[in-house]
Amino acid sequence: MASRDLQTIYVMWLRDVKGFFRSRIRLITTLIVPFSLLCFISFGFNAGFRLPGMPENINYLDFAAPGILGMTMLFGSIFAGMSVLWDREFGFLKEMIVAPVHRWAIVIGRIVGGVTTVFIQGLLILLIALLIGFKVLNPYGIAITFLFMFLIGVGFVGFGVALASIIEDTQAFSLLMQIIISPTIFLSGAFFPLSSLSWWIRLISMANPLVYGVDGLRYGLINSSQFPIYLNLSVLIAFDILMIVLSSWFFSKNKG
Amino acid sequence: MFAIEAKNLVKKFNSLTAVDDLSFTVEEGEIFGLLGPNGAGKTTTIKMLTTLIPCTSGKARVFNYDILKQKGKVRDSIGIVFQEPALDNRLTGYENLDLHARLYGMSSVLRKERTKEVLSLVGLEEKAKVMVKNYSGGMKRRLEIARGLMHYPKVLFLDEPTLGLDPQTRRNIWDYIKKLNQKEKITIVLTTHYMEEADSLCDRVAIIDFGKIVALDTPKMLKNLLGGDVITLEAFPQEEAFEMFKKLPWVKKIKIHNEFLHLMVEQGEQKLPLLIQIDQEEEGITIKTINLRKPTLEDVFLSFTGKTIRDEESQNGNGLKHFHP
Repeated sequence: MASRDLQTIYVMWLRDVKGFFRSRIRLITTLIVPFSLLCFISFGFNAGFRLPGMPENINYLDFAAPGILGMTMLFGSIFAGMSVLWDREFGFLKEMIVAPVHRWAIVIGRIVGGVTTVFIQGLLILLIALLIGFKVLNPYGIAITFLFMFLIGVGFVGFGVALASIIEDTQAFSLLMQIIISPTIFLSGAFFPLSSLSWWIRLISMANPLVYGVDGLRYGLINSSQFPIYLNLSVLIAFDILMIVLSSWFFSKNKG
Repeated sequence: MFAIEAKNLVKKFNSLTAVDDLSFTVEEGEIFGLLGPNGAGKTTTIKMLTTLIPCTSGKARVFNYDILKQKGKVRDSIGIVFQEPALDNRLTGYENLDLHARLYGMSSVLRKERTKEVLSLVGLEEKAKVMVKNYSGGMKRRLEIARGLMHYPKVLFLDEPTLGLDPQTRRNIWDYIKKLNQKEKITIVLTTHYMEEADSLCDRVAIIDFGKIVALDTPKMLKNLLGGDVITLEAFPQEEAFEMFKKLPWVKKIKIHNEFLHLMVEQGEQKLPLLIQIDQEEEGITIKTINLRKPTLEDVFLSFTGKTIRDEESQNGNGLKHFHP
């Protein structure tokens, strides 16, 4: 990797992080949904509601908080990847396209920048969850949690970049996002165990990378998971690599 | 070596030929203008020369680098100011320049020095720390020109540099462009559909219509092609007046445009009495108004295409403009 590529990655990262801290409204809007969900669960049906088959010491908030963290990462990541769309709208995309730098370096920079901002959002949600009564059962698992947050971020920022590079219509993009996001979250095991679903929906959900992300987060935070950790890791890493390649490829097709 | 050498450039979008067999060369250090109505293919030409889009056929070299095979080298040696703003609004003017400089691989010492230099060249030192979203249209354009210059490009492309700016700001931008051409000894290629802009800025102008070059020379020579003066008159009935004027030995060229006849003549002030004589003596021909002036590039355009630029804009210009990807 030449120094020009590192420089490219660095400026794209810096640009994202600066933009993120300068636009507080973006931070607040992406956090509102997960925050309110946490509150509903904690103050609403946490007391009496218990998922069948869960150990005594795990209440619904404990089960759902890792899922909500995963959801936050998904929202934030796709939103970060979507910035390609704004760059096209406001013309800045052209500045990048005519720059004498590798397209993949720009994409990696965007992904690193996106992951950084999403990571901060995830940390905030985790903090809020802890404040309202979520118990981390595995203090050493925090490293694993961070690793999975990172992996979810890379994959879905890449997914957003790839999609925003193909679909040039802003309105079509946000419609498509709604179609993609809801099933991805509901079939991720974030709010109920997938084992409670019928076999064929379970089969479909196996193709959802967020399943492995949420499962990994749950392993890290409450020491309970559906799949072995190495399976979660390898699926997510494969997903990330695929998305990096795809997003670089599609981004290089951009004409500004 | 030429700064730019284009040979038989063609760009087709499906069935539409936006650029049709364009050949021209740009000398090092000159300000070269592509003049034509919206949709004539100016922006498409710039996009091809700056590697934004590939050409359908033909060849072009920018400082001897091939625009298809040596994209990286071409990108390294050019600066571009696009028609629409291409700045990051969430960053300050300084940050926009710094980001650009880093993308072009400039060292930190050089970056600092050069940022100061280009900011003072466009008179934005005071506003360097202000967020770009708070800039006015003219300031944004100036910042973009500064950015285009950051990495010491050999040629600067300006696509409609004063589009949408008020007349005073436009004149300001012209001054900056002239200044940097002299100070930095940089080759400049600009597109415009403003006649005065091409006239006052460019060393040489290529007039483009429907993707083809219809004339290419210095503004002065282009205007000289028409002879000394232009007389515009309203005469009735138009057809007969046209036939009659055409036969006069001192009328070098004649065109009908809407209700006006355009006569290209030499020593126009001596021809006015003759016209008045015609009005009085010729049976059946009445002259309603007469106007004498020096030719502008608009007259050149009219004489080559039979239309004024404004006509073309209202007919097809805007429709085609949106077709550019």
